[in-house]
Amino acid sequence: MKALIQKLVETIAPSGYEMPVRELILGEVKDWADEVRVDALGNLVVRKGQKSPSGKRIMLAAHMDEIGLIATHVDENGFVRFSTIGGVRPHTLYGGRVRFLNGVAGVIGGERLENMERVHSFDKLFIDVGATSKEDCPVRVGDVAAFERPFLDLGKRLVAKSMDDRISVAVMMETLRQLKNTPHEVYFVFSTQEEVGVRGATTAAFGVDPEIGIAVDVTATGDTPKGLKMAVALGKGPAIKVKDSGMIADPRVVRWMADTAEQAGIPYQLEILEGGSTDARAMQLTRAGVPAGCLSIPCRYIHTPSEMVDFEDVQNAVGLLKALLESPVELK
Amino acid sequence: MEHTEPSPFEISNDQLDLLERLSNAVAVSGDEREVRAIVLEEIQPFADEVRVDALGNVLAVRHAQGENPLRVMLAAHMDEVGFILVEEEEGGWYRFEVVGGIDPRVLVGKPVLVGKEHLPGVIGTRPIHLTTPDERKNALTVEQLRIDLGNENGKKVKTGERAGFATRFRQAGPSLVGKALDDRLGVAALIELIKNPPPNVELQAAFTVQEEIGLRGAGVAAYAFNPDVAIAVDATPANDLPAWDGEENTRYNTRLGGGPAIYVADAATLSDPRLIRHLIRTAEEMGIPYQIRQPGGGGTDAGAIHKQREGIPVVSVSVPVRYAHTPALQARLLDWENTLSLLYHGLERLSPQLFSEDR
Repeated sequence: MKALIQKLVETIAPSGYEMPVRELILGEVKDWADEVRVDALGNLVVRKGQKSPSGKRIMLAAHMDEIGLIATHVDENGFVRFSTIGGVRPHTLYGGRVRFLNGVAGVIGGERLENMERVHSFDKLFIDVGATSKEDCPVRVGDVAAFERPFLDLGKRLVAKSMDDRISVAVMMETLRQLKNTPHEVYFVFSTQEEVGVRGATTAAFGVDPEIGIAVDVTATGDTPKGLKMAVALGKGPAIKVKDSGMIADPRVVRWMADTAEQAGIPYQLEILEGGSTDARAMQLTRAGVPAGCLSIPCRYIHTPSEMVDFEDVQNAVGLLKALLESPVELK
Repeated sequence: MEHTEPSPFEISNDQLDLLERLSNAVAVSGDEREVRAIVLEEIQPFADEVRVDALGNVLAVRHAQGENPLRVMLAAHMDEVGFILVEEEEGGWYRFEVVGGIDPRVLVGKPVLVGKEHLPGVIGTRPIHLTTPDERKNALTVEQLRIDLGNENGKKVKTGERAGFATRFRQAGPSLVGKALDDRLGVAALIELIKNPPPNVELQAAFTVQEEIGLRGAGVAAYAFNPDVAIAVDATPANDLPAWDGEENTRYNTRLGGGPAIYVADAATLSDPRLIRHLIRTAEEMGIPYQIRQPGGGGTDAGAIHKQREGIPVVSVSVPVRYAHTPALQARLLDWENTLSLLYHGLERLSPQLFSEDR
């Protein structure tokens, strides 16, 4: 599974430009799926199973996109000014490396600051791609880039850019690979444009019209020095979301997930995330409303070039997702 | 399909008259009837279907000449930023709220038109004779300002009625000056396309309401049309004047005279890359000038459209305008003509094969 994770996280595919990662996923899953389609917004919708009398139509969603940068101006000396795609924060950028979709690499530099204790604001940062003039700069306004950072295997812990949310993509792919029998009609949706406002999942959910929706995404942790006050830690199992700032998970879905974890002997944590939301929000609010929840992979340093997850949490997430899909479900 | 024909649009006084009527009409978000009346009058002889939906959008269809055409939605918003009367005070003054995004610093001392009858009002302020230098350092807030209708007329309007800037449309050499060019330039472009449509597509024109307060009309319009593809036609700021300190201006958004602005990304939408490429190819092959709007904030009707139902591929094209959301916008007539031309030829060359291309 680590080899798959490495391929996924080292692919450059910011919101709206998910094709490279979609092609990668499609190449792997097409033999395991009963039906595959790509919708108008680029969501990859993969069906497994037929609805039996005891089954439901269940939608799972993990987003393919990652945060990134987009060129807004190339100045006369060939420096590239940029805007952001999704929740990029300026203190994660200076000295970092990026790669454009067209293959061009660059480093992020900044204007000289009067006060070195301050952080560069976006308008004082630029990308240097090694050009010497506007004319020889291989970047044009509108070109898109993402962090470039190799996958790092620390044994128990894995580090990479775009663990958010490629780790969940890997969890869903591995679940699909292992899932042999299900009473449900399960739609594995690899969604687009989550980082800019759960846009892909909004239209995918309308199309799938699920009876239950579960997002798989990363969540923050409270287990680092003087960090966020939050009762989620790496290594204590996947987290079952109770609430975030965009959704209150359906309590019946929360119970179903927690009961299933306990019966299967899989460790889990309950999660309340005070800032952020997931594709589950889009599923919950589609059409006439859908019971929705979210399985979260605890992750440190979210939206930096080095997002860290625990590999056991990842494997336990696969186990829990598989257990959820293998048996009939009555929400109560 | 290679086409070298010029666009079928001959710009004459007819178009300028239409732009003038549209720009001078007052249609602040939520009360778009004046512009809706002009739109209906203009398109009814040409459109195959016209209806006004529950929110007040005008939805018009012009059928294609062939079989199984692509259904293409074009959206331009009828509404403009302005004011809503909140409470009458003594002497024909009204407290008001701003509708849509207006910098309060541009309000002071501006004439406005109030209510259905376009009653003349003034957003007044204490004159320089009676203010201190310290007072003049701070911008006045909306709470400190009133619309003054001149006593008697205060009784002819009610709380809840709208007011808009009073600027009259003018031509200034190659340029147009008016209050509501955002987005009457787009409205006028859609009217022209209904009159002279490319024959290959089913044209679904949405003249939308309430764009300036959150893309509200376009969402339901797209739900109703359920198109194969959509293009929002709008106006976008050109902040292209030189920087005061001689530094290179790196945040111009667009440039006046640079041609239609094609969107890659704004705060509400990531344009479909295939549609971006299609418009760029069209412009380059037809010799139509164009520019890429600098990616960044802002939003157009495309932001609401693309998330409807199972998703709709979208792109936006805007006419660059200086001084957007102020009483006096400035645009180039040639940019508007080139926008029309890009839309016409872009639609004419659109085929379903585009959507089997890689993104």
